Amino acid sequence: MTDLARLRPVDERISLKYGAGGRAMRALIEQIFADGMGEVPGGVGLAAMDDGAVIPIGDHRWLVLTTDSHVVKPRFFPGGDIGRLAVAGTVNDLAMMGATEPLALTCAAIVEEGFARAELERIWASIRATCVEAGTTVVTGDTKVMGRGELDGLALNTTGVAITDRYVRDCELRPGDLLIVTGTVGDHGLAVMATRHELALEIELRSDVAPVNGLVRAALAVGGAGVVAMKDPTRGGLASALAEMAGKSRVGIEVREPAVPVSDAVRAAGELLGIDPLVVANEGKVVMGVRPAAVDAVLAALRAHPQGAAAAVIGVCTDERPGAVVLDTGFGRRLLSEAEGELQPRIC
Amino acid sequence: MNDLEALRFRDPVRARALVDALGHHVRRAARPPDRPLAVMHVCGSHEQAIARFGLRATFPEGLEVIMGPGCPVCVTDVPEVDEAVALARQGVRIATYGDMLRVPGTAQSLADARAAGAKVDVVYSVTQAVELARRLEEELVFFASEFETTAVATAAVILAGPPANFSILSAHKYIPPVMEIVAEMPGTRVEGFLAAGHAATITGWGVFTPFVARHRVPVVVAGFEPLDVLAGLVRLVELIVDGDARVDNAYPRCVDEHGNRAAQAMLWQVFEPMGGRWRGIAHVPNGNLRLRGAHARWDARRRFKIDLAALWDHAPPALVQHCQCGDIMAGISSPHACPLFGTACTPDAPVGACMVSTEGTCRIWHQYGGRPDLRPRAAGATP
Repeated sequence: MTDLARLRPVDERISLKYGAGGRAMRALIEQIFADGMGEVPGGVGLAAMDDGAVIPIGDHRWLVLTTDSHVVKPRFFPGGDIGRLAVAGTVNDLAMMGATEPLALTCAAIVEEGFARAELERIWASIRATCVEAGTTVVTGDTKVMGRGELDGLALNTTGVAITDRYVRDCELRPGDLLIVTGTVGDHGLAVMATRHELALEIELRSDVAPVNGLVRAALAVGGAGVVAMKDPTRGGLASALAEMAGKSRVGIEVREPAVPVSDAVRAAGELLGIDPLVVANEGKVVMGVRPAAVDAVLAALRAHPQGAAAAVIGVCTDERPGAVVLDTGFGRRLLSEAEGELQPRIC
Repeated sequence: MNDLEALRFRDPVRARALVDALGHHVRRAARPPDRPLAVMHVCGSHEQAIARFGLRATFPEGLEVIMGPGCPVCVTDVPEVDEAVALARQGVRIATYGDMLRVPGTAQSLADARAAGAKVDVVYSVTQAVELARRLEEELVFFASEFETTAVATAAVILAGPPANFSILSAHKYIPPVMEIVAEMPGTRVEGFLAAGHAATITGWGVFTPFVARHRVPVVVAGFEPLDVLAGLVRLVELIVDGDARVDNAYPRCVDEHGNRAAQAMLWQVFEPMGGRWRGIAHVPNGNLRLRGAHARWDARRRFKIDLAALWDHAPPALVQHCQCGDIMAGISSPHACPLFGTACTPDAPVGACMVSTEGTCRIWHQYGGRPDLRPRAAGATP
């Protein structure tokens, strides 16, 4: 099991923190959902809590399978919508396992009674467009309609499947490996939060939601076995992704904060809301662990891709403080830890 | 101030020079290792800046920077949370700041009440709460916490005439009186105070002059960028070592002696200071801000009958009795001395308010590993 340590027993009632992507959620998965299930001999199962499952199908090939449910308030936000999120989320989870050619997706929809047909059409247009971008399509699905008030509008679930001849995990970092982030962080989380809290900002925030399988394909093509770990920093942001990678790989990670790309708009919104861009969701970025010999080629390939122009080396793995992520702020040093519970704007 | 100008106060080269100056003055004090020079800041935003920029790792040995009762969430006491929870459970819609959701009351927090079906909205300003009320037909109570800076915003809203379905449950607090309490606390080791720059923009630095005269300890007003905090500490330690008890303003770009008189007028027109408990600290004379009688129609305490007794039928607050938040905020204990810290009390399941707030001492120690030694062990480790 994970080395993420001392997970508390799950409470009698499931509160919102269990869906926030941090330690509480891992406790829920470990203690209830993964209990007695999901072992995959020769592959990656549920207990690994990686981005997807990997099942050997012989001949040095693996089936990669992942699923993701989506509810977002608001359903339309600058830069995207729930449909784009549903497709990109699943395509990206496959890509994080090294499977950049999604064979097909499923899409199940649970719709609240009274939902506008025009809005559904708009969301499905976005689903279609995003599928084209990712080079895949939806081949099966499921539809449920629930009574008014039994659901807040719309919930989508997508499942993705792909076949790969090499898979990448999130636990194979070793001291000396470098960490690359493929672009600015914090864009999705702060765009959604700014929309939800009706922040009036001079610069528009835009979600980065996008399928990144093309970007990952470009990196793997030049990096090969030198790309040793990948994670998409969704809920919990860069901080959670790095904490998981450090914990599972049993290495320390040192991050140089000035090297982490953050846009001016995200920085401003983060200060206003008292929320650190390093702990909010990204939906179109990748954190890659790369062996030193491969780093120049991988970085060049990423930067040559339209989605990776701002890619940067942000940190290095060490043998000090295994499991911990230390942030060098340029002024001093601190531990970068995961956000706990729901993210809330601070008081002042 | 624009963003570019703010960047001037985030210059690592100047920061290193200030850290060196801090070390110089601390060495001048020549204290024995068991009696470090102890200063207190009384502002959550100072702690946030210290933690976020990793400044604690750069403070010289022989200097202890204690986080005082300056985290607004932490000092909001159980009875005030209980009032909000009771109202929410009575079916009244509550709007409040995100941090306040999880502050434990006698039996429940507002987050617990929300999970059980109560209507609780998170807002990031009182203005946003008023806008929400305008869109609603039902009553909306704004559970108002924080210090004088934010209380001015609440006062402005009251004076502008909010909608009839809007009212205030004030847990606003006033900082200067609690500094008196800390300075007079038996066994206090605090030799100087770093005062909050944003509060001083309202009150002016002159508000601390009588305090300094009474207690003979220096007070330095400081801002919130890393260089502001460091410059404030350098000046404060210098004054302590020189035995020079006075008020000094290390935030002159925003603060003057007299402050914003119009804001002060609004504050005292709407609120009156009253004695009351701060969580874990003590009864603080004049420490709480309550709505004056002239504004009674906006006061949730007078508009609703708040049934606190109904709350006490729920789970007894067994663990809270062992919580040491008070001593920790007063600077006479530390999280590691608390039997609950890190075991029964964690950010996932906080017992005391110091673990709830992102500005709370226990939360910060838990999150940042207390005061870990984070100096690089190998040269050239970072890229």
